[in-house]
Formats: sequence, C-alpha cells, structure tokens
Amino acid sequence: MKKLTLTLAGSLIALSASVTASYADKLTFYCSAQEDWCQLMARSFEDATGIDVNMTRKSSGETFAQIRAEASNPKGDVWWGGTGDPHLQAAEEGLTAEYISPMRDQLHDWAINQAESAGNRTIGIYSGALGYGYNTDLLAANNLPEPSCWKDLLKPEYKGHVQMANPNSSGTAYTTLASMVQIFGEDEGFDFMKGLHANINQYTKSGSAPIKAAGRGENTIGIVFMHDAVAQAVAGFPVKVVAPCEGTGYEIGSMSIIDGARNMDEAKQFYDWALSTDAQNLALQVNAFQVPSNKGAETSDKAPDMSTIKLIDYDFVKYGSSDERKRLLQKWDEEVSVLPQ
Amino acid sequence: MRLSSTEKTTHPVLIFWIIAGWVGFCLLPWYMLEDGFWSFGWLTDGYPFDTDYAPAAFLIGQSEKLWLAPLVIPLALPLLVLGRLKSDPLYARILILSGALGFGWLIAQGFGIGIRGFTYDWLKVLFGELGDRQYGMGYGAMICATAFLFLFTQGIAARGAVNGDVFVVSAIGGVIVIVTTFVFFPIAKMLFAAFVTEDGAYSIAVFFAKFFDDRLWGLGCLWGARCGAAWNSLFLAICVGFLTTALGLAFALVVTRSGFRYKRAIRALTVLPIITPPFVIGLALILLFGLSGSITVFMADLFGVQPTRWLYGMPGVLIAQTLAFTPIAFLVLIGVVEGVSPSMEEAAQTLRANKWQVFRTVSLPLMRPGLANAFLLGFIESMADFGNPLVLGGNFDVLSTEIFFAIVGAQYDQGRAAVLAMVLLFFTLSAFYAQRAWLGKKSYTTVSGKGDAGVHPLMPTGLAIPVMIVALTWALFTALVYAMIIYGSVVELWGVNNSLTFKHYVTAFSVRFEEEGIRWTGAAWDSFWTTITIAAIAAPLTAAVGLVTAYLLTRQSFAGKDAFEFGTMLSFAIPGTVIGVSYILAFNVPPIEITGTGIILVISFIFRNMPVGVRAGIASMSQLDKSLDESSLTLGANSWQTFRRVILPLLRPAILAALVYSFVRAMTAISAVIFLVSAEYDMATSYIIGRVENNDYGLAIAYSTTLIFVMLAAVGLLQLLVGRVQIGRRTQHGSEKTT
Repeated sequence: MKKLTLTLAGSLIALSASVTASYADKLTFYCSAQEDWCQLMARSFEDATGIDVNMTRKSSGETFAQIRAEASNPKGDVWWGGTGDPHLQAAEEGLTAEYISPMRDQLHDWAINQAESAGNRTIGIYSGALGYGYNTDLLAANNLPEPSCWKDLLKPEYKGHVQMANPNSSGTAYTTLASMVQIFGEDEGFDFMKGLHANINQYTKSGSAPIKAAGRGENTIGIVFMHDAVAQAVAGFPVKVVAPCEGTGYEIGSMSIIDGARNMDEAKQFYDWALSTDAQNLALQVNAFQVPSNKGAETSDKAPDMSTIKLIDYDFVKYGSSDERKRLLQKWDEEVSVLPQ
Repeated sequence: MRLSSTEKTTHPVLIFWIIAGWVGFCLLPWYMLEDGFWSFGWLTDGYPFDTDYAPAAFLIGQSEKLWLAPLVIPLALPLLVLGRLKSDPLYARILILSGALGFGWLIAQGFGIGIRGFTYDWLKVLFGELGDRQYGMGYGAMICATAFLFLFTQGIAARGAVNGDVFVVSAIGGVIVIVTTFVFFPIAKMLFAAFVTEDGAYSIAVFFAKFFDDRLWGLGCLWGARCGAAWNSLFLAICVGFLTTALGLAFALVVTRSGFRYKRAIRALTVLPIITPPFVIGLALILLFGLSGSITVFMADLFGVQPTRWLYGMPGVLIAQTLAFTPIAFLVLIGVVEGVSPSMEEAAQTLRANKWQVFRTVSLPLMRPGLANAFLLGFIESMADFGNPLVLGGNFDVLSTEIFFAIVGAQYDQGRAAVLAMVLLFFTLSAFYAQRAWLGKKSYTTVSGKGDAGVHPLMPTGLAIPVMIVALTWALFTALVYAMIIYGSVVELWGVNNSLTFKHYVTAFSVRFEEEGIRWTGAAWDSFWTTITIAAIAAPLTAAVGLVTAYLLTRQSFAGKDAFEFGTMLSFAIPGTVIGVSYILAFNVPPIEITGTGIILVISFIFRNMPVGVRAGIASMSQLDKSLDESSLTLGANSWQTFRRVILPLLRPAILAALVYSFVRAMTAISAVIFLVSAEYDMATSYIIGRVENNDYGLAIAYSTTLIFVMLAAVGLLQLLVGRVQIGRRTQHGSEKTT
C-alpha cells in the first residue's frame, strides 16, 4: 500500500508494486481524546468495517509534534480528537490533507465553519465550553464564597487556591488566554491574567490537570473545559461546575487526515464514519460530555447545556493562527509569568 | 590464531565475513520490509524478483537501483586475499580498501538517495533528477554493512594495530560504529536544530537569543520571583547526588559491615524503588503528603494547622528522587564496599590502627571510585529525571521537563529544546570530568591474583549508630511509601470512597478461558506483553555492549581512547526526551528507517542504559588486577579467550547488575519512550501515563503494582540464573555458606 500511495502513477515500480498490495486493509489512527474513548472508537470502527486499526493515543500537542517530525514520511493516516488549534496549525502548515465528507450536511454550523476556516483540511467532531470547577469540600473548609464569574477569581481570598494549565504547554490554557483577550479586550484581558497570576498556586502542564487535582482535593478551583469538570463530578468527586457569567470561549475538537497517508481510502472511510450519529453516540459510553457535531447525535443530560451558557463569538482563524498564538504566548511569558506571586 | 597466522590457510573468521557479505548482497532482501523485521511473508510473496523483497544482486540484474552495483567491487576484492599470508602487506591493504570502500559507498548512497530521489540539491544540480527512490536499509544492507566493517577491522588488525588482535580491533570498530549511528548521529541532527531559524536557514544569533533566556538563567528566586530552569536543575541534582550517595553508603555499610540481623530485608527494600515505574512514587507521596494526603490531614487535625501545598515544588521532587535513586547508589556502592580487600584492612589492624582509623584511612579511601560513581549517577539521574518533576514539580521548572514541553508544547520550539539540551549536557559532562579529576590516576586495585581472603571489620561504633539510624529510618519510610502504593491499588476511589476492591486489577488484567484458549481481555495486556518482550530483548544486548566497552576501556590501550570513553558515556548524559525526539528526526527517513517499530525501542534502551553497564564493568574491572589477564595471555590464550574465561567469570556481579538494571529500566523508562511508542508497540509506562492523565489513579497504581511484582520475579530469576556472587573469601558468620 505504501508504494501505491507514494509512487507516481505510471512508473514501472508502481506497476510491479501493485501486485504486492494484497495486505488486509488497515488504518493507523492517532487519537488525542481520552484513552477509553480512543479505544472504543478504534474497536467500534474495526467492528463496523473489518479494517484493522492501529491506535496511538497522545495529547494533541504531542501528536502535532509527531506528525510534523514525520512529515517527510508520514506514518499515521487519520488524527482524531484534541482541541482544534493544533489541527488548524497542521492545516496551515500543509501537514494534513483536504477532504470534503459526504456527511457534512448532517453537522452543526460550528463544525463546518471549522472546516472552512482551514481550507477543508480539518473538521469539528465535538465542542466544549471553557469554565471552571471547584472542590466543594475544600471551598467550605476554607470558608470561601462560591465564585460565579471570571472576575470573582481575582479576589484576594482565593490566593493560592486557583490552578490553570500553562498556556505554553496546553491548548486549554491557550484557549483561556485567547478567550480573556476576546471577552475583555487585549489590555484588560492581560490585566485579568496578571490578577489571576497572583492567585494561581500552580501552572500545570496538562490542560485538564487542574480540575483533576481539585477532584482529589489537591487544589480548590481549576480553570478547565466544563465537560472535564462534569466528568470529575460524575466520577464521584465533590466538584461543582461553573459557567462564568461574563460569557466564555470554547474549543472545537477536530479531526484531520494526514497528508500523504499510506492508507488514504481507509482514512476517508474512518472520517465519514466518525461524523455519523452511531460513532458520535459512543461518547456517552465513556463519560465524554462534549457536544457532538452531528445534529442527530444524543447528548447527555449531565452535559453542560450549551444553550444556557453565554458563548462569545470565538475567532478561531485569528487566534488559531501560529503568528497570533506566538505573539500572545510571548506577551504572556514576558508580562505575566515573570511577576512575583 | 597463533598458528593460523603462520600457516597458509586463511583464518575462518575472515572467510565467514566474506561469505556474509555475499549472502547479504545476493540472497537477503536489501530494503526494509514494510511488514516489520520479523515477518517472513516475503519468502512466498514474489521473492526474489519482486522489487520490494529483492536482494541487491537481483535488483541490479533487473536494471533497478543501479547505484548499488559498485558494491560488487569491494565484495569481490577480499577474494584475492584467500590463501595469502597474514604478514603479506597486500593482505592488510586489500581488506582495508574493500572494507572502507564498501562501507563508505553504502553510507554515501544511503544519505544521497532517499524516498524523494536525491536528498541534496547539489546532487540534483550535478546529475539531474534521479526519477527513482529508495527506502530504509533491510536485512541485506545491514549484513553487508556489518561484513564491510569487520573486513576493515581485520585489515587494520593485520597491519599490527593493538598487537594484531582481531577480537579487540573488531570490538572497537563495532562499538564505534553503533555508538556513532545511534548516539552521535541523532544528537548531531537534533543539535543542528539549535541554529535553525524559523524559515529554515542557519544562524548563530538564534542560538544566543535562546541561550541567554531569562527562563533559563534567571536568578529571581533570590528575591522572591522564580529562578531559571538551569539553576533549579543544578541545585536539585547536587542535593540529590549527595543525599543518594550518603544514603547508599549507609545501606552498603549496614549490609556489609554491621551485625544487623535483617540484611536481606534491607537489600530487598533498597532494590524496590528501582523496579518502580515512574510516577508511582510521586503519586504515593501525593496520597501521603499532598494537600488532602493522609499524613497531611492527620497532622493538620493534630496540630490545628492549615494544610499547605509544600510538597509541590523542590521538596517533593527532592524526596521522590532520593527515594528513587538511593538504590542505584546502593547498587554501585555495595559492589565497591564488598570489593575492598579485607587483607588491607587486616594489615592496618595488625599495625595497631583502631577501627575508626582503619575505616577513615583505609576503607573509605578505597571506596572513592564507588562514591564518585554513585554521586555521578545520582547527579545525572536527577538531571535527566522526567517523571517526578512532572508530577510533583509544581512551579519548580527543571531542564528535562522544559525540554519536553519545548517540543510537545504549543510553541513547538525544537531550537529551544536543543539549547536546553546543550546546557544539560554541559552540566552532566562537567560532573563527569570533575569525578575523573578527583579520582585521578590512583590505583584502587585490591583484588589481585594473589591470595585474598579475610573478613571485613565491623564499623566503629561511633559511626555504626548514626548510620543504622539513618538507614533504618529511610528504609521504614520506603516501606511506608510502598505500603501506600499497594493500598492505593485496591481502593475504589482514593479519598472519596475508601472501600476495598479488586476492580482495577480486573479492568487491567482480566482473562477469559475459551475453547480456543485464553483470551487476554484486560485493557493492559497489550502494553504489558510488548513491554516484557522489548525489555527481555534489550537487557542482554545492553549488558553485552556495556561489558565489552568496559573491557576495552580498562584493559586495552589504543589511540583515541578518551574520545571513545566520552562517546560511550554520552548517551547517559542526554535526557531521554531529547533522545526520543532526536531518534524520531534521525530514524524516520532512510537509510535507517525504524520509527514506529519495536526495534527503535530496543535500540533506545540499549543506548540509554549502556553507560550503566559500562560503569558497572569499569568499577569491577578496575578492582581486578591486570596480572590476571597477563598470566592468561602468557599461557597462550588470545584476548577473546581471556575475556571469556578469566574476566567474565570474575565479572558476574557486574553482569548481574547490568542485566537487572537494563531489564527494569527498559520496563520503567518513560522519557524517551513517550516519543517512540506507536500503536503496535505501546509500552506499559506510556499506558500508565494515560491513566494518570485521566485521573484514574486506581488503575495506574494497580498496573504499576503488577509491574513491580513482575520485575521482582525477574530480578529473582536473574539472580538464580547468574548465581550468587562469591569472591573467594571467608565469610563473617559461620551460619552463612562458605565457598
């Protein structure tokens, strides 16, 4: 198969190689969602099509790094899950391939917008809104008031109780930074980040770590995607989810086909399948509370109701571009992270 | 060999490599098989004419890949040597010429022609577009390359290098080639990235901008802000080096020079942390001392103080690393402390020195190589450690995690990662040289061919009491941490629902018995079997490469030995994260194309862990007197026989240490692995990280506990196989077995 997809048609080699292309169908699947979800997607696709799936789960940043390192000789076929920005960045760098799925008319507008903003090199598969969650036990033990807005987190009594990820290493935290810039404007947004910095006890490396720490009682308030906070509450941890009153940004979990994929046909088959209601309903089996992109897919009653949350008009093209990203991160590094706490 | 050099018949080793070269060229598939190294589907699938599987000779026969044709000349040349005398100058010249030509041409064509035709623009300018391509080297190419290498080394030996010793010259050549390929080449590729600007040009200014970054060298912690990662790493590593060496020495002394009754328990306990997967100690510490940890809450209730997050940062990392690396110091020191010849100490006692004087002026100075090695290992391990700072670091940034996040982070700055790696390398190499300077050229040889029997004196009482207290306290602490790990694996949901359950083990390791046999239904089996297989393949290879290298370094002298030693130790000083990324960059494209396979994991383990084998070998060999080799050589053995029959048996402790260490390291390594795992070859540690990331501590700890028991079994088994180590000596107590 490798030869088939890589070699220029018409050459002698392609002819002789085609004889050997009699392997069982297979697909190398890079997955950036949670482990059990990835497993379930891989096995369900195998059951649905009989194609062998090789799945690797890594965070979206790691997967992006890997795809970039492998660019001259791609090993993966399709990349599913993870926040949309690395997918957009990959599209921008031409690491992923253009594809227009026949399933597209079944999707929500935000999923299609995501695809169109990246020249059809990626597409939305689920979305989740940013917010925060807190450990109710710890909040009570420390006699702290219940926060309900972003600005509440700036109050001095929360000093040492708030955790968020480092925007340099986490897509979630970068979404937070970009959302604050969009909600409050750039200057006031950075003032907010500076005020928050004074209350932060740790910048974690991974995006959902703050709410997990809060669940275990190692931290009080964690700024994360709300569906991550819901998952902790469902798992039995004393976590309450907050949709901040000022409105909030959101992510679009995305999927892309890797440019030069060795199993291009199977990758497209997976792509179409992953956009179907059947595939998207699987999320509920593994406590993934994101909103699916297929209009017909079921949503959980535990999931944050997207209609009650005030969503800002998040500019994915601008804030997903690597230049803007580099600029904001550098500004955050120089103006916020160096301040004493 | 003594005879064959004077007779007319040619040495069988030479014939073997000539045949191997032809077999590689004419019979085996030249290129890498897409289905993997061990698949043999090609035998029935169009071989030998299909271009995917064809040997080089068949490719050329079909007018394909004609750039391989010149290899026929260096393959044919050695045939002229057959029947010639070894002393004939032509013998050496022909072999050197054919080896160098063949090897050189293989490398040149490998780098010059890739999957998109010519790799370099100047080749395109010179010859025009090639219109053809080639993939990574397979069996045939590898065997051909090996044959050329050893033809070359035999030629060098025939010219009289290292007394014409074929074994030694070939070993040196082999080690140089594999270390160059798997250490220097990827690192060079990675370090070039430090000078690359965003649009792909090279520039020194980029390097300096990244090097003089405040996040690297800032001294803010002196006035309340944060310090740079470089200072953090350095300070942490020095603390860990001292603490682990001191604790390791305390344990070694308790085990060898005290009347303590439960020595075996101490031995077992101190080996525990080394067989522990990364993160687990960190997780256990969080469960004990975190904001909601058992001990924290208990203390807060008892004294009415507010619980704090003191664990997250330098203190937590320091405790975790000391727990993790003390056993390494212990493993190094126990050999050395046991190896100090009691004759010396008995001589001092006979000369009326008291116990304290004997210890201070005889025993301790003889342990200096061990102490220096232990410190060096602790220092470097701490510098390169990745798991503990990741879990417990808080806002305490260290170089290894910074490198990781420079690469995987949203910024994806390979250049910054390379610069950080250089700083890290500078620190570790400085420690390496400081250690050498301190040891100097003194002789620490105490085990010689002469009679060597006696009993180690006990420690002086003034020393024994504090040493015992320190060692026992630490041992109890370790036991507590491990008890916590086992408890954590059977708790439903830590801190929320403390009811006992085996569900985590069931999720991970359930099996179903069906008609066609056992079905491994648990979620962890895949990564578990892969890990066992890869660790089992890597361990003996690591030990072999390490010990041969140690033998060359201590027993042979040849030009460029210092550079050779530097090269073999280098991979240890480079953090795994950098190894991981550099391997992806270097081995994703021909001529060596092994990313996504199990081979790359095995290779990364060999070269990550080889320095430990080397150091263990050097430490033991520097205690074996050279008179042993000399007598063997005088009696007519060649260097291979001497190595095999004299050195190796005396090195059993070092072999055991190297085998055990490389096996468990392969099972517990994380930093390089996280970049190199693929869907087919997922390792236990990367699976566990996934669970930890998912807040699924129960499953992560249950899996880790299982691994601990597996490794414990492996260590026990290896100990049985290699045998208990007894250097001919009377023992202290009549109760123990004498030899």
